[in-house]
Amino acid sequence: MTGLATPVEVLAQGAPLVDWAWIQRNTDLIWDQTVEHIVLTVVSVGLGLALSLGLALLALRWDWLSGPILALGGILYSVPSLAAFALLVPFFGFTATTAVIALTTYTVLILVRNILIGVNGVPGDVIEAARGQGYTEGQILRGVKLPLAVPVIIAGVRVATVTVIGLVTVTALIGLGGLGGLILTGFRLLPPLPVMIMVGTVLSVVLAVAFDLALVGLQRLLTPWTRRAAD
Amino acid sequence: MIRLVDVTKRYPGTESPAVDALDLTIDEGEIVTLVGPSGCGKTTTLKMINRIIEPTSGTITVDGTDITSRPAHELRRGIGYVIQQIGLLPHKTIEDNVVTVPRLLGCDDDRMADRARELMDLMDLDQSMLTRYPSELSGGQRQRVGVARALAADPPVLLMDEPFGAVDPIVRRRLQEQLLALQEDLQKTIVFVTHDIDEAILLGDRVALLRVGGTLAQYATPTELLSEPADDFVVDFLGEERALRRLSLLKVADLDYEDGPVVDADADADTARAAADKYDANWVGVTDDGRLRGWLWTSELGSGPTGSNDTRDFRVWIRPDDSLRTALDAIVSTQNNVAMVSDGERFHGMLFVEQVTAELLK
Repeated sequence: MTGLATPVEVLAQGAPLVDWAWIQRNTDLIWDQTVEHIVLTVVSVGLGLALSLGLALLALRWDWLSGPILALGGILYSVPSLAAFALLVPFFGFTATTAVIALTTYTVLILVRNILIGVNGVPGDVIEAARGQGYTEGQILRGVKLPLAVPVIIAGVRVATVTVIGLVTVTALIGLGGLGGLILTGFRLLPPLPVMIMVGTVLSVVLAVAFDLALVGLQRLLTPWTRRAAD
Repeated sequence: MIRLVDVTKRYPGTESPAVDALDLTIDEGEIVTLVGPSGCGKTTTLKMINRIIEPTSGTITVDGTDITSRPAHELRRGIGYVIQQIGLLPHKTIEDNVVTVPRLLGCDDDRMADRARELMDLMDLDQSMLTRYPSELSGGQRQRVGVARALAADPPVLLMDEPFGAVDPIVRRRLQEQLLALQEDLQKTIVFVTHDIDEAILLGDRVALLRVGGTLAQYATPTELLSEPADDFVVDFLGEERALRRLSLLKVADLDYEDGPVVDADADADTARAAADKYDANWVGVTDDGRLRGWLWTSELGSGPTGSNDTRDFRVWIRPDDSLRTALDAIVSTQNNVAMVSDGERFHGMLFVEQVTAELLK
C-alpha cells in the first residue's frame, strides 16, 4: 500500500498539506530551488530576447526572411518540451545548458513575432516625418521604431516569461527544475510528501505573478508617454 | 531658389506618369502653393524636393545645388518639412520634438533649450507644453508644434504638405493667418501643397495649378490666375465663385470710393438736399469734424443747419483694409446698398454696391 500511495491518498491518510514544521526545516532547500528557478527563467528569457532581437532585425532588414524565421520559431515552439529536453540531453547532458537552450527556443517565436508586430505597427506618418526631418534609416530604427514598439515587445516578454516559469518545472526531469524539483521529489518520495508539491506549486505561481507585475511596472517606466492621455 | 527642370515621376506599375516633364521655378522668399485635383501629382512634386520620393528623371536644384549631390538625410536637415498627419514623435516630449533637427545637427543642449522656448513663443504656444507629450495636445496645437519643428534649425526652405488639412475650419483660418504673419518676418521660401483653391489663393504669392497627369495648367499670381485663367480647366477648377474669390484678394482701399451724400453739420438744408440729389438719394449723412455723426431722410430736414436735426446711426461699417468680399457681404445686408468706410477714427467715404459689382465685371 505505502509504495503505491498517491499524494491524494497520503493526504487522505492524514498527512498535512501545509506542514509548517517541514517548511521551517527546509527553508534552505526551498530558497535554493527558488533561486535556481529565477536564474533559469531570467537567463532563458534574456538570451531569448537577445536572439529574437537579432532575428527580428534580420527580418526587418531583409523582408523575405521574416517568413522563414517565424516558421522556424513556430516549429520550435510546437516541439513538446519533454521531447526537446530528450533531444538535447545526448548533446549537452543533464546540465543547465540543456535546460536553457530548450527554454530559450520557446521564447523565440513569441518574442520575434511581437518585435515585428511592434515595429511594423509604428504609424507611417511618424516614420515619414522623422525621415523628412533628416533621420537616417538607422536612426529611425533605433530612435523611433524600436522605442515605439516597446509596449508590444514587453507584452511578448510577459507571455514568454510566464511560459518559461511554467516550463522550468519540467526541467526537473533532467535534474534541474528549480521549484519543479520540489514538486517532482514530493511525488517520488515514499510515501509522497504533499507539502513539497504544494510549496513548489505555490511558489511557482507566485513567481509568475511577481514577474508579470514587475514587467508591467518596467513598461510603465520605459513608456511614460503612454500613460498620459489626450484631454 | 528651388528649380525643377523636366522632372518626371513614374510609379512602378502605372501607365501614365504622376508628374510629367514638370518645369517649375520658385523664387527666394516667396510662398508657392501647389494646387490641383487629386492625382495631379502635387504631393509627389513636393516630396521630390526633399527626396522622400525620388524622381524618375529630371533634375531638382535647391539654391543652385543638385539635391542628389549629398545624402538625402543631410539635404532634409536643411529643409523644413510639415505634413498633414504632423507626425510628431509620440514618445518624445514637445521640447524634444521641436529640437529634432538641431539635435540631429549636433547642437549643444543649452542652445536647443533656448531655441525650443523661442519657437514656442513664435508659434504662440505656452512654454508649459514643452514637457508634455504630443498626445496631450489638441490638433491645432500639435500642428503648430509641427511648424515649430520645421523652423527649428532655421532652414531657408519649408515644404508643407496640406499642413492644415486635418484641423477644423476656424483653427485652419487661424493657422493660415499665423503662417502669413510669420512669413512677413521670416521670408522663407515655402512650397505649400493644398487641394483647397481658397487656401492656395490666400497663402500663395504664386499659385501653381496642376492638372491630372502632373502637368502645369497655370503658374501665376492669385490675381492673374483669377482674372486671366489660362484655359477651361483652370476656369473649371477655380469654380463658380471665381469672381467672388478675386474680390477676396482686393481691398476696399484699392477702390476710389466717394464721399457719398454727406454734408457738414453746419451746412444748411438746401446744401444737404443738393448733396442727396447728386447721388439720387433720399437721405443725407452728417459729419462733425471728419467724424460721421449719422444720417436722416431729406424729408426730415428742418430750416436750421443740418446738424440741428436728429440723426440715425449708420449700422454698416467697413475698414479700408477689409477685402472687397467682406465689403460686399456688408453692403448687401443694408437697405441703401452702401457701407461706410472708416478706420475707426476718421470717415473715409462710402462704398456703394455698384462700385463692387463693377469690379466683379472687370
